[in-house]
Amino acid sequence: MNTLRERLVAEPERFEFGAVPMHQFDLARREFFKILGAGIAVFAVAKDALAQETAPGSPSFHSEESPKEITSWLHIGEDGMVTGFTGKAEMGQNIRTSISQTLADELRVPFESVRLVMGDTALTPFDAGTFGSRTTPTMTPQFRRVAEAARNLLIGVAAKEWNVPPEGLVAADAKVTHPASKRSLTYAELARGKTLAQNLPAEDPITPATEWKIAGKPLPKVDGRAFVTGNHKYTSDIRLEGMLYGKVLRPPSFGATLVSYDDSAAKVMSGVTVVRDADFIGVAAPSAHEAHKALDAIRTQWKEVPQVSSKEIFSYLKKNAEPSSNERFRHQKGSLEEGLAAATHGLEVTYNVAYIAHSPLEPRAAVAQFADGQLTVWTGTQRPFANRDELASVFHMPESKVRVIVPDTGAAYGGKHTSDAALEAARLARAAGKPVKVVWTREEEFTWAYFRPAGVIEVKSGIASDGKLTAWEFHNYHSGMSAIETPYDVANQLTQYHQVPLVLRSGSYRGLAATANHFARETHMDALAHAAKMDPLEFRLKNLSNARIRAVLEAATRSFGWPRKKTQDGQGFGLACGTEKGSCVAACAEVAVDLASGGVRVVRVVEAFECGAIVNPDGLRNQVVGAIIQGLGGALFEAVEFENGRITNPHFATYRVPRFRDVPEIEAVLLDRKDLPSAGAGETPIMAIAPAVGNALFDATGIRLNDLPLVPSGLGKG
Amino acid sequence: MAMQIEVNGKRCAVSYPPDTPLLYVLRDELGLTGTKYGCGEGQCGACTVLLAGAPRRSCQIPVSAAAAKPITTIEGLEKEGKLHPVQQAFLDAGAFQCAYCTSGMVMSSVVLLQTNANPKREEIVQFLQGNVCRCGTHPRIIEAVQHAAKMMQERAR
Ligand code: FES
Ligand code: FES
Repeated sequence: MNTLRERLVAEPERFEFGAVPMHQFDLARREFFKILGAGIAVFAVAKDALAQETAPGSPSFHSEESPKEITSWLHIGEDGMVTGFTGKAEMGQNIRTSISQTLADELRVPFESVRLVMGDTALTPFDAGTFGSRTTPTMTPQFRRVAEAARNLLIGVAAKEWNVPPEGLVAADAKVTHPASKRSLTYAELARGKTLAQNLPAEDPITPATEWKIAGKPLPKVDGRAFVTGNHKYTSDIRLEGMLYGKVLRPPSFGATLVSYDDSAAKVMSGVTVVRDADFIGVAAPSAHEAHKALDAIRTQWKEVPQVSSKEIFSYLKKNAEPSSNERFRHQKGSLEEGLAAATHGLEVTYNVAYIAHSPLEPRAAVAQFADGQLTVWTGTQRPFANRDELASVFHMPESKVRVIVPDTGAAYGGKHTSDAALEAARLARAAGKPVKVVWTREEEFTWAYFRPAGVIEVKSGIASDGKLTAWEFHNYHSGMSAIETPYDVANQLTQYHQVPLVLRSGSYRGLAATANHFARETHMDALAHAAKMDPLEFRLKNLSNARIRAVLEAATRSFGWPRKKTQDGQGFGLACGTEKGSCVAACAEVAVDLASGGVRVVRVVEAFECGAIVNPDGLRNQVVGAIIQGLGGALFEAVEFENGRITNPHFATYRVPRFRDVPEIEAVLLDRKDLPSAGAGETPIMAIAPAVGNALFDATGIRLNDLPLVPSGLGKG
Repeated sequence: MAMQIEVNGKRCAVSYPPDTPLLYVLRDELGLTGTKYGCGEGQCGACTVLLAGAPRRSCQIPVSAAAAKPITTIEGLEKEGKLHPVQQAFLDAGAFQCAYCTSGMVMSSVVLLQTNANPKREEIVQFLQGNVCRCGTHPRIIEAVQHAAKMMQERAR
């Protein structure tokens, strides 16, 4: 297993991780001494936990420096309720349910008696964040180990009680039984009056997937009822006593600097607090409309700077690449020259990928409250501990006095890693002396969040007369390194990632650059198959020895009925496959092009996905289908347009997202590999969609599209 | 005298200005946060409520325009602890991921089924076209609506 530090080395395209907080305030020194002096820090720690995970030699719960990653623990109450604690956050990927299943399964208790406390820096162990498809591969084994330790502890307690050796006891159905004497005690009875703690065992005594009883089942979403009744409180739904509504004044364009400022009209409005701190300007008022009015009353002038626009972005990226000698960014094998010399056919193509926006339906939001020297912030973030640390540093408070709580959130897709809304709400709350809620508008979300970075990808390749790849050269400018290496068998290859300084604020997006890299690679492979006059499936299989990818490719094509015969004009079929983050995917797409109007419709998608042992097939299917549909947006029409530091399509009316009419018939084929550890599934299912659709469009029209989005306004007439 | 609106069968006094969008009155003043803000521009349907039985984007309606008509929000669907069939169908079909779109989807679907007891897939797609689900749960939402239609027909029998 990798060390914590290794695991925390983020992909280079997670630009937002290294970025400075969006706001830096000049809080007076006097202020933060006041904060430091007031109150005492109290951590709510599960002190009376019967079974409590602590790493050997590391007494701290917030063990960022711990040599061993601790990201979960659990508690069994005197009522028999089991509470698991994890710093991960629920954002629709359904981990609250799947982790609860795992816990129930390993602890041998009913699913209903398990609850999870998630993403609360005061109650849950440190966690780097919910990203990178890490939850399932890390949390599943950890919770199993914690639960196993708890089970052994319960057995030990019962053994002592009955004065029998623990070996003969059985833990099942939430009780410990001594079959020889037919005695049994429930977990609740065993937990009563105890304060026992247990370290993790050194080994991994994990129940194999073939013996799972609760995990592996399609259990419904925990708390589903609260969502269909509207009772669940997202961050944006929270209302505290005396809470104000905050609004932030945004510059007219990126990088604009304030020249003049007049808040005299806003300041005198009743109940309104105006804050100007360095470049931050915001207001808090008793209602949203009063906040709007106050914001409108502030007069500002800005100095703007000319900036790159989306029209010239690709040539700009190429021109501004940093010369890199970083070995981490380069992978080389064999000799490209020899490989190209041995080729009977060569191909050289450039692919472009536009910026896209996450635009989760719940915009960034935070509620901040200062009370008794403590700052509490509710916010929909994927990185509660990073948010806490940024808040602590910006407000000059010790981390122990800052608490970040993540209510189950209205999605994120990699877009909610930063602490923007948290900082804004807290800054306003600080000034107003009352709790403040900040909810970004859709326009702010489209403008001031970060984007999936644009990229330019150059591919040069060669094949021999038998269709075998002889050379593969792959350069990615800016978009990132995820899944940059080809899974195909090529003796001679060079792969390189080229960094480019940020143009727009950029960062993680579901799957990172794996989508861009797969788009380029799989589009290129398709073109090579045509050059070799081979069926695209046959061509791939000829160059692919990775058994797991072959398996999904075969599963997808079987269900799709590959190869298909065209039955009408404008019909086309395409496929693509790949691997990333421990899982494998293959997609087949059928498209229909209206040859007169150039209108494009994706008719059917079959995608096969394999992520090891499946924890919850129902939740997984939801994720896979969701990724396909979200992937169709970026494949077909999503693109952030910008000019001179302004986003020019910051609305759902102008930034087109997939809607009901865009959704094809979808079949998700899930391969359950009980012999493999469970991998995450939030990202990889998105990667193969764009190239599969692009390849199908080529099949339908003979037009090869090498840019994402493929058809922002249809294929055009004729 | 303060303006009054009727929400889920209850009269509620409103102190927000008459031009305030109904959405903010419901959420901020009355605490009915089941109705969601998704765009504030009439583009996503997250804020859908029933106004005299018709589906309306509450972010686009000044509260004054809603004063004379009964309003139903997602909180008003459950009757005596029993979910509305559409809510039940969404639950049964697992027709959500983050579920932030769910209120709007449910409210729109309730209206669809009132006017069309047995909608075809195409009709559901057409009716829900204005509702955004960013998580891509569309196929299950369609399934849920069909399932709800069945339940409601069985109940009516
Ligand atoms: S919030 Fe009203 S339509 Fe989006
Ligand atoms: S379930 Fe997340 S927006 Fe629909």
